Amino acid sequence: MAEAHPVGFQWVMEAKKRGAKVFHVDPRFTRTSALADTYLPIRAGTDIALLGGVVRYILDNELDFREYVLAYTNAANIVSERFADTEDLDGLFSGYNPDTGSYDHASWQYEGQEDNAKVRGTGKERDSASGLEHESHGEPVPAQAPRDETLQHPRCVYQILKRHFSRYTPEMVARVCGIPEEKFLELARAWTENSGRERTGALVYSVGWTQHSVGVQYIRTGSIIQTLLGNMGRPGGGILALRGHASIQGSTDIPTLFNLLPGYLPMPHHADHPTFDRWVDSIRHPGQKGFWGNSRAFAASLLKAYWGDAATPENDFCYGYMPRMTGDHGTYQQVLNMIDGKVKGYFLLGQNPAVGSAHGRAQRLGMANLDWLVVRDLFMIESATFWKNGPEVATGEIVPEECRTEVFFLPAASHVEKEGTFTQTQRLLQWREKAVDPPGDARSELWFFYHLGRVLREKLAGSTERRDRALLDLAWDYPTHGPHAEPSAEAVLKEINGYEVATGRPLNAFGEARDDGSTAIGCWIYSGVYADGVNQAARRRSRHEQDWVAAEWGWAWPANRRTLYNRASADPEGRPWSERKKYVWWDPDAGEWTGYDVPDFEKTKPPSYRPPEGASGPAALAGDDPFVMQGDGKAWLYAPSGVLDGPLPTHYEPAESPMRNPLYGQQANPTRKIYEHPINRMNPSPPEPHSQVFPYVFTVSRLTEHHTAGGMSRTVPRLAELQPEMFVEVSPELAGEVGLAHLGWAHLISGRAVIEARVLVTDRLTPLRVDGRIIHQVWLPYHFGTEGLVTGDSANDLFGITLDPNVLIQESKVGTCDIRPGRRPTGPPLLDLVGDYQRRAGMTPDRKIPLVTTDAAGGDDAAGSTDEQSPAAHQDGEPHA
Amino acid sequence: MPDANSLYGPLDPAPDAGWVEAPPRMGFFTDTSVCIGCKACEVACKEWNGVPDSGFDLLGMSYDNTGALTANSWRHVAFIEQPRPAGHRTPAFAGDPTGPATSPASAAVGAGTAPDTGTNPGLPPGRPEAAARMAAGPEFLGMPGAQPPGRDSGAETRTDFRWLMMSDVCKHCTHAACLDVCPTGSLFRTEFGTVVVQEDICNGCGYCISACPYGVIDQRKGDGRAWKCTLCYDRIGAGMTPACAQACPTESIQYGPLDELRERAATRVAALHERGVPEARLYGHDPTDGVGGDGAFFLLLDEPEAYGLPPDPVVTTRDLPKMWKRAGFAALAMAAAAVAAFVGGSS
Amino acid sequence: MGLKTFIQGWPVYRQLTGTDPLGRGAAAQSARSAALTARTETADGMARSVCPYCAVGCGQRVFHSDGKVTQIEGDPDSPISRGRLCPKGSASKSLVTSPLRQTKVRYRRPYATEWEDLDLDVALDMIADRILAARAETWEDVDDEGRPLNRTLGISSLGGATLDNEENYLIKKLFTAMGALQIENQARI
Repeated sequence: MAEAHPVGFQWVMEAKKRGAKVFHVDPRFTRTSALADTYLPIRAGTDIALLGGVVRYILDNELDFREYVLAYTNAANIVSERFADTEDLDGLFSGYNPDTGSYDHASWQYEGQEDNAKVRGTGKERDSASGLEHESHGEPVPAQAPRDETLQHPRCVYQILKRHFSRYTPEMVARVCGIPEEKFLELARAWTENSGRERTGALVYSVGWTQHSVGVQYIRTGSIIQTLLGNMGRPGGGILALRGHASIQGSTDIPTLFNLLPGYLPMPHHADHPTFDRWVDSIRHPGQKGFWGNSRAFAASLLKAYWGDAATPENDFCYGYMPRMTGDHGTYQQVLNMIDGKVKGYFLLGQNPAVGSAHGRAQRLGMANLDWLVVRDLFMIESATFWKNGPEVATGEIVPEECRTEVFFLPAASHVEKEGTFTQTQRLLQWREKAVDPPGDARSELWFFYHLGRVLREKLAGSTERRDRALLDLAWDYPTHGPHAEPSAEAVLKEINGYEVATGRPLNAFGEARDDGSTAIGCWIYSGVYADGVNQAARRRSRHEQDWVAAEWGWAWPANRRTLYNRASADPEGRPWSERKKYVWWDPDAGEWTGYDVPDFEKTKPPSYRPPEGASGPAALAGDDPFVMQGDGKAWLYAPSGVLDGPLPTHYEPAESPMRNPLYGQQANPTRKIYEHPINRMNPSPPEPHSQVFPYVFTVSRLTEHHTAGGMSRTVPRLAELQPEMFVEVSPELAGEVGLAHLGWAHLISGRAVIEARVLVTDRLTPLRVDGRIIHQVWLPYHFGTEGLVTGDSANDLFGITLDPNVLIQESKVGTCDIRPGRRPTGPPLLDLVGDYQRRAGMTPDRKIPLVTTDAAGGDDAAGSTDEQSPAAHQDGEPHA
Repeated sequence: MPDANSLYGPLDPAPDAGWVEAPPRMGFFTDTSVCIGCKACEVACKEWNGVPDSGFDLLGMSYDNTGALTANSWRHVAFIEQPRPAGHRTPAFAGDPTGPATSPASAAVGAGTAPDTGTNPGLPPGRPEAAARMAAGPEFLGMPGAQPPGRDSGAETRTDFRWLMMSDVCKHCTHAACLDVCPTGSLFRTEFGTVVVQEDICNGCGYCISACPYGVIDQRKGDGRAWKCTLCYDRIGAGMTPACAQACPTESIQYGPLDELRERAATRVAALHERGVPEARLYGHDPTDGVGGDGAFFLLLDEPEAYGLPPDPVVTTRDLPKMWKRAGFAALAMAAAAVAAFVGGSS
Repeated sequence: MGLKTFIQGWPVYRQLTGTDPLGRGAAAQSARSAALTARTETADGMARSVCPYCAVGCGQRVFHSDGKVTQIEGDPDSPISRGRLCPKGSASKSLVTSPLRQTKVRYRRPYATEWEDLDLDVALDMIADRILAARAETWEDVDDEGRPLNRTLGISSLGGATLDNEENYLIKKLFTAMGALQIENQARI
């Protein structure tokens, strides 16, 4: 956090000053570790084992916040007797289908709901990354489920959880993660001792958790701990995702993502959503509890915002215009399709995949096989010059004279040269005022896309093609101003907020959304950002003039709430859990919820409210159901659906690992998304043979001094001089083993690429003792590329493409490699070196990666192992004395 | 003749330099115990003061690629990796299969780098021995052997580790030798008690460089003039905070009236001692030290040498009056001898 | 400036007649030093902004004079950042005023080895033509069973996390209307 989000880290320091203990878990000792009370070095890709150990510690010692857990979670819910756990099936859950590599969720449901749940083969959901829809709300579940409030029923969630994590002992944590038992226990003790009525603990993570083939389940494990300890919805608690771009939260809420529409509405699927009604019903479970029950109004209002007058209740608001998904259309599938010649044109809008995405070579070869490419950026980035300066030009794989891609580089306006809102990592929208005009041809994206749309519509005017109707009927008249006819960002923000169609009056809240075409809303969760016709995101009341919640600085979705689910900061009767930790509470005299924040609850619904029989939507939530966007108002320790790779998190080895999974026969996530494309060869992992060809674990991350792919930092002298060269950090032990010298050169080889870097031999890295052997890890920054003031090889070139099944995010925080002293070869010999490693590792084009590595799934295709007993472990020799 | 006190010992420097009704003396208190090494101070300083880059070289001195305070770097964050206990904290690598430490060896290699900072004397190669000592701490027993790291035969393992970070800056001494030796009046004492090079006066003679007991002053090549921290003279004159302190995310760099900062620092040291950080100590806070106390002082977690700071800096012009006196005696003695010779000759 | 003022301004005069006989302070202050003031004080204006790097959302104050950014620093009013910035945020003025920034449209013809110039309006028009051509060539009206698809898989887009909400909104709206599904950004990474 001190490395990548230093200004956010001031609050950790503030907490430290008040006595908080800070624990830092990271494969390498960073600037955060330097300030932490306790640092835990961990083997990359094993966090679920560590966190699972904490869950077990809590449950075994009954340290959960029982009152909170009973009232606010599904701990008491009873699960179907058809459910089988990974403990029973050697690392698989019940319902696994080896043919599709996905689960049928029927057996995961609560008792009695196996059949009325939306049972699906989840391969389709994986392709459309449907897990992302849950950013704003939970999976729909039927309203009533059997419960055992004593938590004794063997199939209640509490007992299932206990059994599931029973083998995640301190010894096992040490064996899997390489974290000594004492250290683990110090963490577990501190976490539990600092949670409860009087105290809360916070959990902070970043892409070190998301960029894994089982990344969503990392965060799920964190959520289970924080829920068991009663740290959710309370001040000083929670799970904080530190995101890495100025408006990456905004671009998820108003998604430039293939599978989502604004406000986490799903992009229609050709088979599941043939009609508007089917689409809407798939979003809200009929009879569902909670606010998501109003989704028909949100969906209708979005289409009304898109197609204006043309969208009417009679024509289902032009739902027929919507493009339909048929499967995985994510960025990695796109890149492979580019290589295969299926994509004609590509826009890059402030993103630099040649450096920033996994498998840089695939990215660049894909771009070299387009008809045309449009790059919009501040600086000349690697993704615009791959045809000229890319590493493949040196190897002869891209010959400029033979590369047909037509490239348009359009300079972009910077953040001070346009106005608009960013949504930061805690859902806070902040409006930026414009300071100066953009230079030369530089323009905002607002300008570019507005005028591109205008030109397209002009060119299509009079077209009778059916496909052009959606463009021609589009509501696309925004007021413009200035010499360049810049569209009004405020006008767009008003549309995002939503308005009453008849009068144009901006809506004050999403509760005003209607499904009859009388409201238009660009993004329903942002409704209220223009409440009372005022740009609420532009509010700048000084922190000195308001309380610590600072509700009048910017605007947070939803409804300007700063802490989600804050009803949980009060007990079931609506009283603060403690005076120290009071935040939102029920005022019986006034008959309403009150507190420091906007209550995340219906303002006048008393704690004693119980829903009448047959209620649905918000009315079906009881007065003590704080998790209002969940289908049942409860926090889920166990997820009967919505998470594709299991109702509970399970430790799987990374897709590339030097070792066998010590916990289960199942080696890696059996539902991970694999692309078997000739360019995408994954290094072998046990039980496959030859994993010793790539004996070392590598991980990558950011340096304070640089930003992402370097386009905004390697181009700035003030930053470039602070970290001027690509380097690799190695422990003294590995340096001794391989023969690496401080400030000398090393090259690293994976099944995809070889890159070189200067060596920093540092005590900040340590070998780990894992399952009886020594594992060495190396660390690299991923900021470097061929353009800018300072250049270097790109660490992301080393990675292959394997994705998390829930959200299709790639595993780019852990891989295996070899490391050798000296510089890498150049030209064609470089390809020979990679080819040599591929041969030695058996990475032939016809090799099938074994998805299932346990017999428990049944059937012949379960093994895929040739070397089950001795997992081809590379013995690194004895630990240093 | 100046009061001897003007050159040594406790003093409020602004009134002494002729400022009538001077504002309180302003300064920096840099608390290294909360520094996260982000280098925002280096960048913010350069942005405000238009300081050029100081070269794009990997120095191998941990995460320090600036190297030193130069004419092109007015703030410098030092990073010291040490296989030593980090106060009350749990040992970083307890229970891990580590071998002997490499920090002294790597620091020694890093010290050998001598990049072109575009300044003079800039950043000449450091002494490997000294760098290794910074990393190893007091137990340092001499340079590591020729063996590559990790192959040492030593049986010890490292379990402790700490990473010290410190944002260094011109000390704005109470008795500033740079100012005292400046023949042009370019270096002057401001009403805030700070020491500033006036770029419109400096003629690049370079006397100040060797006068500085901290090695802070440096000349820009091509330009020839001396450049250093001005404590943002233009900003503080407008009632603003210097750029580095304004940016610092964790309040490691604090700006304010020196008296207040000294009180705050004393409280902080006491608090750290109470919390089990006995190694916390102040540096440059004492008005009775060799420079009369610094306008920019520090809370350190190790001996000053570990951070590359002189343990006992003395204003190089301290002995000026004494020297004059001795010169006077010498002149008298010469005269006496001459007289004696005369007398002798005539006798 | 009269002769008297000139002489009074002379450091030696001030040194000899003033309170600073050693000429180390008040007497040594140059006219430039005496006239110094923070450029933020004399700026034409100040825009309240937000740092463009990570997602913490630190407040920035952007000072400008004569249409140029002269300083960017932390906004002390912000409850998020309290006026502080990291090295990247602190380098924001250098970022936006960098001479390395591209300010002209650049065009690389198929098979070319160098860039050439292109007019912005022409570029926009050419891009529009290429979108329509790619769309026509790769349009999918219905699937095998006659269910609507309304789409092209011939066009892709990547990026959005560095852009404004309003921009992402228009991007998604326009691409959706043209049937382009393959829209992605850094959130997938």
